[in-house]
Amino acid sequence: MADFERETASLALSILVKRLILIGELEVIDAEHCHDSLLMYKTLIITKMTGRYFKMLRNLILILLGGVLGVTGVVATTPVVEADEQFIPMLVYRTGPYAPSGIPVANGFRDYYTMINNRDGGINGVKITFEECETEYNTKLGVECYEKLKNKGSTGASLVNPFSTGITYQLIPKASVDEVPILSMGYGRTAAADGRVFKWVFNFPTTYWSQASAFIRYVAQQEGGEANLKGKKIAHVYHNSAYGKEANPTLQALAKKYGYELVLLAVDHPGQEQKATWLQIRRAKPDWIFMSGWGVMNQVAIKEAASIRYPMDHFVGNWWSGSDADVVPAAASANGYKSATFHSPKSDFPVHSDIIKHVYDGDMSKAKKNSFGEVLYNRTIVNAMFAVEAIRTAQGKYGNRALTGAEVRWGLENLNITKNRLKEMGMEGFTKPVKVSCSDHETGGPIIIQQWNGSKWNIVSDWVAPIREVVRPMVEKAAAAYATENGIKPRSC
Amino acid sequence: MLYRETGQFKISYAADQSVFPISQDRWFVSVVIAVAFFVVPVLASEYLLQAVMIPLLIFSLAAIGLNLLVGYAGQLSLGTGGFMAVGAYMTYKLTTAFPDINIIIVFLLAGLIAAFVGLIFGIPSLRIKGFYLAVATLASQFFLLWMFNKVAWFYNYNSSGTITAPPREMFGVIITGPMASAEIRYLVTLCIVIIFAFIAKNLVRGRLGRSWMAVRDMDIAAEIIGIRPFQTKLIAFAVSSFYCGLSGAMMVFLWLGSAETEAFSINESFNVLFMIIIGGLGSILGSFLGATFIVGLPILLTNAPQMVGLSMPIDMQKHIEIMLFGSLIIFFLIVEPHGLARLWQILKEKLRLWPFPY
Repeated sequence: MADFERETASLALSILVKRLILIGELEVIDAEHCHDSLLMYKTLIITKMTGRYFKMLRNLILILLGGVLGVTGVVATTPVVEADEQFIPMLVYRTGPYAPSGIPVANGFRDYYTMINNRDGGINGVKITFEECETEYNTKLGVECYEKLKNKGSTGASLVNPFSTGITYQLIPKASVDEVPILSMGYGRTAAADGRVFKWVFNFPTTYWSQASAFIRYVAQQEGGEANLKGKKIAHVYHNSAYGKEANPTLQALAKKYGYELVLLAVDHPGQEQKATWLQIRRAKPDWIFMSGWGVMNQVAIKEAASIRYPMDHFVGNWWSGSDADVVPAAASANGYKSATFHSPKSDFPVHSDIIKHVYDGDMSKAKKNSFGEVLYNRTIVNAMFAVEAIRTAQGKYGNRALTGAEVRWGLENLNITKNRLKEMGMEGFTKPVKVSCSDHETGGPIIIQQWNGSKWNIVSDWVAPIREVVRPMVEKAAAAYATENGIKPRSC
Repeated sequence: MLYRETGQFKISYAADQSVFPISQDRWFVSVVIAVAFFVVPVLASEYLLQAVMIPLLIFSLAAIGLNLLVGYAGQLSLGTGGFMAVGAYMTYKLTTAFPDINIIIVFLLAGLIAAFVGLIFGIPSLRIKGFYLAVATLASQFFLLWMFNKVAWFYNYNSSGTITAPPREMFGVIITGPMASAEIRYLVTLCIVIIFAFIAKNLVRGRLGRSWMAVRDMDIAAEIIGIRPFQTKLIAFAVSSFYCGLSGAMMVFLWLGSAETEAFSINESFNVLFMIIIGGLGSILGSFLGATFIVGLPILLTNAPQMVGLSMPIDMQKHIEIMLFGSLIIFFLIVEPHGLARLWQILKEKLRLWPFPY
């Protein structure tokens, strides 16, 4: 084949050259000549090109084949990790429309684990290893990442923090089979708070439903009592996904109880276009707005709220809608915007100075570039602390070695972070103590409201407890429905 | 030398009309199927099955479905994601309402419902063509997803709008839900895909396929020779939606385990369309090649830096992957605008002459 092509090519070339010389000599270009030479030239180009393409193609196919063989090779042989290293998979999203929220989260995990390794030499001498996998906040990629990382390390994944409600939903059924506990801190499936059905899933310190009920309680406080909720109009602007919808049943149940009018407004993924939503808000004129947003949706919503001159101090985001990246683009017009949280937005706790010292060698500007001190960064510090403390708790029972997922699960279930322990870790006043139990994987922790003053977040309320007598029965009902649908027999505890 | 049909005489009409008239082709396909059935489940790791093989097969089926409509019948459609969602949500509704019905039968029933929905959304195709039809089918994509998001009945009124695959068994083996092993789910997927790929291959060789192609190539001429465009186009929509619905059901029940409407977004419709464009319009083989390209390549590119021992920040790696993927698509479209299937065909023609080309 190649010979054939080369021959044609050379033949065509010689004819073309001859023809060109001829034309050049005669300086007469009649129609026939012109047509002929053009044809020849075309033939030449085409033959040359197909030859080259086939070569390129052959090489490409060889490369692809090699690559495929390589993948199977790599997958078949998992790398050997030193015996006493605790592996934690990290599903992160540093790219895509959710990157503004994903980057501080990824950095927070990395920095806290690194700090534990550098300062203490690991958890009781057991080093933490971790590997990042990019999910783009996409559930399919998230599952792929989980499958890729779950068997890494000497004992497999010790626990997984999906940091996406969608991915959490995907992983919940797999967790019990693979024996990898899920720590979905304040996100994921709220019903998982019922530990009797969801043995492998933990969502302490508090959940979407608790948060929504606490928000209503906060509104009642601001309005001067629960009786004043009657006749009020509360809008819920939510990301149209499993995550955003989570708070709806609670808000609906409470609307029935307190008699306020609930307006539900969905914003479709990824949330860059919200003009219609805010037009509806302008028409409905709600007294309060609650928002469940994430990523770029938050920035857009706050800007839109500012542009319709909605009173910002009546606009409250949930804890995923209140980070620095959300309010900075709206600049001064975001002034007064509030959001729920369960930890301090400040970054002057001893744990922070430890991170600066042991991760960044005291280089504050470098730390700032890595989202140090942002709200979501702080939240991840809390999350990473829970993970590390759960492993530490489990080590108390199983010994100071690399633990399996099942052993870490025990640690999560018996986690008890007291006020004293928080002080020891340099987090006194940073977040609230947590005590997990077999039946309660949520602990129903309180929330606190923070407010943006144009340059930083400040705490503006006391701790607001959720309305547990409403939320817990709903959790148990939802968990029971999940159990019957999936044939799970609840544990007794 | 190796690939030559010389001496293969056909002595019956059946032999002359077989799907693979050349015995080398028959052998090749049989070996591929045997490898897929016996070697892959044994050798492949769970990650490879779960992250590569199962989605590859499921998307192949969706691509076959769309290829019947776009490649054979010439009706451009962007509603694939919507029809896949119909299959998935209907399977969920049926299997939670009637847990005793065999899940495979539920898949087929859900496919039939998807076919019916496709039939309805195919009606505009009688009046509008080409890009305008694509826009009309886009409406089905958005309407269906909006409906599954909005009407709580479709997801049994749970708070999050997520459908979850409950455990269902067949012959005493669990094939859906979290307890089903990756190998079992892979084998079930493989069986369904092979059966329906053969059905599709035979459909397009038969009267129906020929009338689709006639309508595609020139609808007025087709009408003159006695093909009814009304029935032909609508059947194309129905069959295509059946395939898409089936693959959507398999996507949730045999691959993801649970899903929300986001899993069937417009991006999936585009992905499947890219699969058939890159794989080859009007080719069953092309559907498989295209699905392999679109599903397999990003995973290959994601894992490539680690395979060669290169460590780089994960975000940079992702960005490089996106750029490489895009440029490879452009590269293949320039090299062979008729898709990978056409390349395969050229390769076969060359092989016939090898090693003694004229």
